[in-house]
Amino acid sequence: MPFPADYKYTKEHEWLKADGKSATIGITSYAQDSLGDIVFVDLPKVGAELAAGKTFGSVESVKAVSDLYAPASGTVTEVNGELATAPEKINKDAHNAWMIKIALKNPGDLNSLLSAADYEKFVAEEGGH
Amino acid sequence: MSKHMTRKATRHVNQNEGLIFEKSSPGKAAWKLPPLDVPEVDASKLLGSSERKNLGQMPEVSEIEIIRHFTRMSTWNYAIDLGMYPLGSCTMKYNPRVNEVVSRLDGIANGHPYQPEKISQGALRIIKTLSDCLTEITGMDAITLQPAAGAHGELTGLLMVRAFHDSKGKPRKKVLIPDSAHGTNPATAAMVGYAIENLKSNSSGIVDTGMLEAQMTEDVAALMLTNPNTLGVFEQEIHKIADILHAKGGLLYMDGANMNALVGKVRPGDFGVDLMHLNLHKTFSTPHGGGGPGSGPVAIKKFFEPFLPKPVLKSKPDGTLGFDYERPQSIGRVRSFYGNFGMFVRALAYILANGPDGLRQTTEDAVLNANYIRKGLEGTYELPYQSPSMHEVVFSDKLQAEKGVRTMDVAKRLIDYGFHPYTTAFPLIVPGAMMIEPTESESKEELDLFVEAMQSIAQEVEEDAELVRSAPHSTRVSRLDETAAARNPILRWKPTTE
Amino acid sequence: MAKSQKLIMRYLPKSPADREAMLKSMGARSIDDLFKSIPAEYRLNRDLKVPRQMAESEIVDWFRERSRENGDGHATFLGAGAYHHYRPVIIDSLISRGEFLTAYTPYQAEISQGTLQSIFEFQTMICELTGMEVANASMYDGSTAAAEAVMMAVRLTGRRSVVVARSVHPEYREVLATYAFHQGMPLATLPFTESGRLDANAVDKAITSDTACVLVQSPNFFGTIEDIEALAEIAHRKGAMLVVSIAEAVSLGIVEPPRSADIIAMEAQSFGVPMTFGGPYCGVIATREAYVRQMPGRLVGQTTDRNGKRGFVLTLATREQHIRREKATSNICTNQALIALMANIFMTIYGKVGLRELARQNLAKTAYAAQQFGRHASVLFAGAPRFNEFVVRTSEDPHAINSRLLGHKIVGGFPLKKFYPELGNASLWCCTELTTRSMIDTAVGVVAESEGSEHSAADESSVEEVAN
Repeated sequence: MPFPADYKYTKEHEWLKADGKSATIGITSYAQDSLGDIVFVDLPKVGAELAAGKTFGSVESVKAVSDLYAPASGTVTEVNGELATAPEKINKDAHNAWMIKIALKNPGDLNSLLSAADYEKFVAEEGGH
Repeated sequence: MSKHMTRKATRHVNQNEGLIFEKSSPGKAAWKLPPLDVPEVDASKLLGSSERKNLGQMPEVSEIEIIRHFTRMSTWNYAIDLGMYPLGSCTMKYNPRVNEVVSRLDGIANGHPYQPEKISQGALRIIKTLSDCLTEITGMDAITLQPAAGAHGELTGLLMVRAFHDSKGKPRKKVLIPDSAHGTNPATAAMVGYAIENLKSNSSGIVDTGMLEAQMTEDVAALMLTNPNTLGVFEQEIHKIADILHAKGGLLYMDGANMNALVGKVRPGDFGVDLMHLNLHKTFSTPHGGGGPGSGPVAIKKFFEPFLPKPVLKSKPDGTLGFDYERPQSIGRVRSFYGNFGMFVRALAYILANGPDGLRQTTEDAVLNANYIRKGLEGTYELPYQSPSMHEVVFSDKLQAEKGVRTMDVAKRLIDYGFHPYTTAFPLIVPGAMMIEPTESESKEELDLFVEAMQSIAQEVEEDAELVRSAPHSTRVSRLDETAAARNPILRWKPTTE
Repeated sequence: MAKSQKLIMRYLPKSPADREAMLKSMGARSIDDLFKSIPAEYRLNRDLKVPRQMAESEIVDWFRERSRENGDGHATFLGAGAYHHYRPVIIDSLISRGEFLTAYTPYQAEISQGTLQSIFEFQTMICELTGMEVANASMYDGSTAAAEAVMMAVRLTGRRSVVVARSVHPEYREVLATYAFHQGMPLATLPFTESGRLDANAVDKAITSDTACVLVQSPNFFGTIEDIEALAEIAHRKGAMLVVSIAEAVSLGIVEPPRSADIIAMEAQSFGVPMTFGGPYCGVIATREAYVRQMPGRLVGQTTDRNGKRGFVLTLATREQHIRREKATSNICTNQALIALMANIFMTIYGKVGLRELARQNLAKTAYAAQQFGRHASVLFAGAPRFNEFVVRTSEDPHAINSRLLGHKIVGGFPLKKFYPELGNASLWCCTELTTRSMIDTAVGVVAESEGSEHSAADESSVEEVAN
């Protein structure tokens, strides 16, 4: 499973693409595969404050709910409205189906995230449960 | 299709039936009211702008259409009356029909909860007799019958736990819940405002007393325990568990969902439980009715008495019964009136039909049946925990998963054999769980058919895994698209504009 | 072992030979082997002290005695949250079918389409009657439905406090207080006025920026119909929700439903559910589509199977305890499905025309009774429209009047002093389609005697005028 090299990752299977002082966030293809068909995404509103490592929403499949953990601290600047009516976009193309964009509060947060290679290794160790 | 015979069930012509609104047509009626014996009224004059003129899409159909509508639909259901439900921790036992008859006697069915005490002695005596039986069965000191279901009982119990700690001036913050627990346990704890701390089970699937000792602090209000647990295993160290809790002022709450393994053989009050709920719709034979009603009485040790929901039944000096509302420390009400009284009647009728010997024999048969199934399926399905089973046994889909077949698939294939599936994917501590509880209501013949079916399916997994993965094959509807149902919920019928 | 050989337990399908064979096949010597995991010091070695086993005829006799001790054969004027309506016979014929009565929760949709489709119809009809867009498949009863609806409003608005009308059923308010106390939800109570309705200004003043919702009941505990439009306008203007509780479901046949409410919490007991001394009943929550993910309780949705055939499933399960656990919208698991089926069949039987006629008869009986009582005693709350309940204030304590009425095998109105002491010797009377003119005339006669005035023949042509 190729994970985009220019993204960063968390152990909770979120991805983050940094762009100067802002960042785009979503969940990985591994996450959507584990969840199954996604039916609903619960996202914060524009202006909401995220704290690194804390939950900021959730993703639901038919039989499960997974919390979403913020990879970095910041303020929500944009929310992907398409996911409200078409959450299946995440299943189809998780790495492009972005969820939120934030203004980074502390660019140093990015240092504690995993690289694509490290994430791939982490996922392999978790071993397809 | 499979070459294995399915001895329990056969396909048959089955009636179709649409939605009742699709049959509706103006002028049809299934009702007729007698003529008014008082003057007619002009509704618009009496109600003014509050008058309703239009009842929209409410149906208009005749009586025979209604009879056929519901009768046809009923034939699409599985039910206890048709065969075994091996659902774990659900205790799907026979629902005796005398229960239905006595609950329909006039004074009982038409009793109003606010009628004067003088003409309520019948109902009060039913409440008292059932209460006495249940406290005796559980080995507790007192009981409330007010909660409407098990989860409601849990809520009531935890509210009393909270009230107890508050009365000591030492409110506590959290509740310990084993990772094998039913989902209502943490949901309830959260509703009462407690934080939940997970208690990991040990390698035998029961409470790890070492971990409990470590996690038990003066901040823990209670441990919510199911015994036997959701693996069907009796917590042998239960007294030690109770001691650890009590030593630091904590309480032992027992989820009584699995009482069917204990009635007449052992009493929770005797092994250290402080309070517990019962499920009348499980252990005490009241019908499931497609999802309810239930009834979740909460039995308590004496020191909880002041906190009981009000009103509390009392015996008056003249020998009559009444309700006591003077309960200053009560947690209040958890529902209007006195509880699901109709279910009290049914549960009591069940107890009377059994007597002490019947109750004990029932429990013995329940445990015998579960162990018989365990013996029959050992080796065919993986047994994740070797501990002795009581009234239920949990297997896993580990062996079948090697062929890409999961517990849900086997469960769906079981439908083709004429059975309802067992409980899948619960308890959470067993990945791919198959939780089986036959209850005492199953004959040796039905159990043999079940074991045979499960063995046949295991063989099908080896020979034709896809057949099992795509099951069921013989039902009116095949697997339904739950994803679409959740993405774009259609929760009511709407007329098509054409 | 000998004892159980003699035991006849009709519900156990095993012969002693069966048991022996099974034990043998498991390598167990006796059933005691299977209970070894229970430590010896706890094992019961005596019989449970419960009544001895009874034959079926004895069981029926025992309960028949209880029925006689419970006012069988009495007529009733009681309402106050439990209503005596006629139950068409096919309700019991149908719900007694084993496939409905003894079926489990419809988690396995392929073999539960009967239950699922009937719930879907129930949800639809509740929507039609209440004017809401979605309805759930039942809560325990009206009181817990109201409490859960309020908690839903708290979750949806993010606000904490609640304003409750005092004319909401007192026991509903008690239940709400129990639930609210532990969720840190301050409750403020609103008084009712002489008309029986809430005072709009008082409502306005009571709502703060922290008010999640206003909870009212309509028809309220006294039978009075509230001005829902006005209340909704005030609540919404201040960012709060309006939650309306409905205890007498039959009112929906002729009283406009509270369409501007945000959440309706109703009790469906009036729809073919026997009063059974207080339960089991059938609560329902109905609301707007936008709020559905915060709604507790089971929901049935329509979908298709792999062959495109229409079918029904439990849906949006991620709200519920078995998935969401401590973050669930509620802890509710078992609901009131069989009772909802009774209500479903009742609504289907009466339907579009019948429900209105039924409600009209209730209205007519009540109007006649109120008028007759009004000639001898004081009928309160005459300033606003009412449905099928009214309050009578007598000079004498209503308990004494009711005592005498009992001699006629009639149960009189519910004395209100316990819940509303300021109303003095007031009692709440309910008339349904089952209330006969002769019952009313007898009761009025007893009241008249008590008030010491003459009881004259009913005036056929007068109907109580009500100012709006």
